[in-house]
Amino acid sequence: MTAARRLRLAVRLTGAPGRTGTAFSQVEQLARTAERGLFDFLLLVGDAGTTGAATDFADCAAPAPGCPEPLTALGALAAVTDRIGLAAAVDPGATGPYDIARAVASLDHLSGGRAGWALAPRDVPGQRPPRRGADRAERYRRAAESVRAVRALWDSWPPGGPPRPVAHHGRYFTVEGEFTVPRCPQGRPPIVAVLTAGDSARGRDLAARTADVLLSRHRGPAAGRALTTAVGARLAAHGRRPADLAVMPEVTVVLGDSAADAEERAAGLRRPRTLPYPPVPARRGSPRERDGAVPGPLAVPSGPRRVPARRRTPLRAGGPAPEPEHPSFTGTAAAVAARMESYLRERAADGFVLVPHPAHGGLDEFVDRVVPLLQERGLFRTAYEGATLRSHLGLPEPVWKG
Amino acid sequence: MAPIRPLHLAVALDGPARFDAAHYAGLVALAEHGALDFVTLGDPYTRPGPEALSVLSRIAPLTRRIGLVPTVTTTHTDPHRLAAALATLDWVSQGRAGWAVGVSATEAGARLYGHHAAPAPERWRDAERTVRVVTDVWDGRTDVWDGRTGGAVDGAGADGAGSPGRVPGPRTGRAAPRPPQGRPPVVVDLTGAREPGRRLAARHADVVLIRARTPDEAAERRATVLREARELGRDPAALRVLLSLSVDLGGGEPRPGSLDPRRSAARAAHFSGGPVELAELIARWHRDGAVDGCHLVPLDPHRDLERVVNGTVALLQHRSLFRSFLPGGTLREHLGLPRPARGRAPVAAGTAR
Repeated sequence: MTAARRLRLAVRLTGAPGRTGTAFSQVEQLARTAERGLFDFLLLVGDAGTTGAATDFADCAAPAPGCPEPLTALGALAAVTDRIGLAAAVDPGATGPYDIARAVASLDHLSGGRAGWALAPRDVPGQRPPRRGADRAERYRRAAESVRAVRALWDSWPPGGPPRPVAHHGRYFTVEGEFTVPRCPQGRPPIVAVLTAGDSARGRDLAARTADVLLSRHRGPAAGRALTTAVGARLAAHGRRPADLAVMPEVTVVLGDSAADAEERAAGLRRPRTLPYPPVPARRGSPRERDGAVPGPLAVPSGPRRVPARRRTPLRAGGPAPEPEHPSFTGTAAAVAARMESYLRERAADGFVLVPHPAHGGLDEFVDRVVPLLQERGLFRTAYEGATLRSHLGLPEPVWKG
Repeated sequence: MAPIRPLHLAVALDGPARFDAAHYAGLVALAEHGALDFVTLGDPYTRPGPEALSVLSRIAPLTRRIGLVPTVTTTHTDPHRLAAALATLDWVSQGRAGWAVGVSATEAGARLYGHHAAPAPERWRDAERTVRVVTDVWDGRTDVWDGRTGGAVDGAGADGAGSPGRVPGPRTGRAAPRPPQGRPPVVVDLTGAREPGRRLAARHADVVLIRARTPDEAAERRATVLREARELGRDPAALRVLLSLSVDLGGGEPRPGSLDPRRSAARAAHFSGGPVELAELIARWHRDGAVDGCHLVPLDPHRDLERVVNGTVALLQHRSLFRSFLPGGTLREHLGLPRPARGRAPVAAGTAR
């Protein structure tokens, strides 16, 4: 085995469609499957995210009614998993740094060092437009400041020492006082920058300055190489090494016994989209369901669950569901494994965040068929070597600078 | 001599700050073994300790029946995130979540959010507003709320400039599926609060915790709470009033079970004695109709909870004064509370005056 880089694998659990539609046990099952596949982490976003081309910040991380709040849901998933990392999307525009720092640090303690914070600066669907300074740059500045404040709180407990008071006086946030959660098992839980809306210069810079993982949109190997190169340059400008930031595009995978079979299954996906979890039939007609007199977009009563079309696309508003884009990877398990390897070797990606599809085996199929091939090629771990998310990602112990 | 009303028992898990899940898992398993209605966990906020909501969501999949009631500090937190987080706790626990409305009074707590501490009436108004927003979100009325009160909760912080740290949450206006219980029960602790807390309790509480030195005093307080709720158009039968009782079962030899006069001076009901005496005290207060049950606050949960469950509760069960298993699956079912309809009738009655 060469000293080749190892592939990073994660799975994004799109927002479970509400407490009436999805049993927690279904999400639990996905989490266990991902852990069986030795994935680096689970990423939970708060809203019913869609994938690929239709994805925007707008579809991530909202503590929207009807969607599980990621930190709380991951707290519960920590109880049913042992090793896999648990990254929660929290929008620094909607939650203050003290709350983020405390909740993520609590999760890190309660999960034995498996917490991560997925930073998703975004536009909020339906929110009143901010009164001023409403441009995207503002959002990124706010996110960057939130990270500084959150890390100041995490670092305010030196390793083994008593806490020091924090005094953060920024443009957006003021935090003064003592942090109440002792130093996290990981020191600094990893930060995932969610930039699936498009890799703007500001987004790249935010990731290069602050993040440990960059979650990007999948746009083919050439775009991947360009992104990795661009981010690498920015990393250097901030005094970081390329290995400090893993670039992981979000991908969908459709497997088949042959290439033609896979294509056929992929074509089947181009019907109205479904979420990773089928609805729970047993609950239909229960008081819980009936209560939802006005079913929201997440409570479609029958058939495969339709994901709302990209809500902010006026052209499609009220129209039929948009054509889903092609899956990122379609083919036999061997072909998919080979393509993933070529991405890694060509530095078009450091890993992938899978968005599993239930109609075609979901995550199980990938774990059972592709992961062993990746392991054979020496690209992926055959056992968890460490217990923390930082160790899965190959990140060193953070140096406490005081 | 069957009790007039079912007896309800809850226990607090609070103790020295612990960050390992196994500690809490052990305590909650013990409480569940005793068929208690629910456990509470305070939010340390400005003291060292993990976030209570995080702890109880971590414990939820490890338990099957018992209610999980974290204290949630409402003073500086975005109500939309609270609504989502509590609904999620209800979801992962399959309908066993409740929440105790916490209010942070300290200047230290406010400074962590870049604020100054607000005076008590304002804090409680804030708490009430948070409860209302959370309920509205669950009932799918975010639009209604936004239209009615405008930026009341965001305040000057809506653009992030006027009030740093207080940032607006999303307003989606979508009708969302409700949490499994519709509304996870609201617990209001009146043991420290005075007037403003009472209003919140009368309007929104499903469970009220009171302190009293004698059964007569407890009965009077209970009657007051129920009367105030009735005046707001609520059905007082949908309210449970529990006596908050700090218990110390560590005494080597059993002393006559009684309320400690020293602690009583501070209006706190404190019990010191043996498990049997505690059972007799609970049975007496409940039989007299003073309270619907007790919220026990063990001095040392690690030591006292085991004695409460295997001593006190076992005895109450033996005398058929307390259930020996939890027949229902949700916290509302344990408490005998109906599932609330979507709507704001009692609240509207209150705000309209």
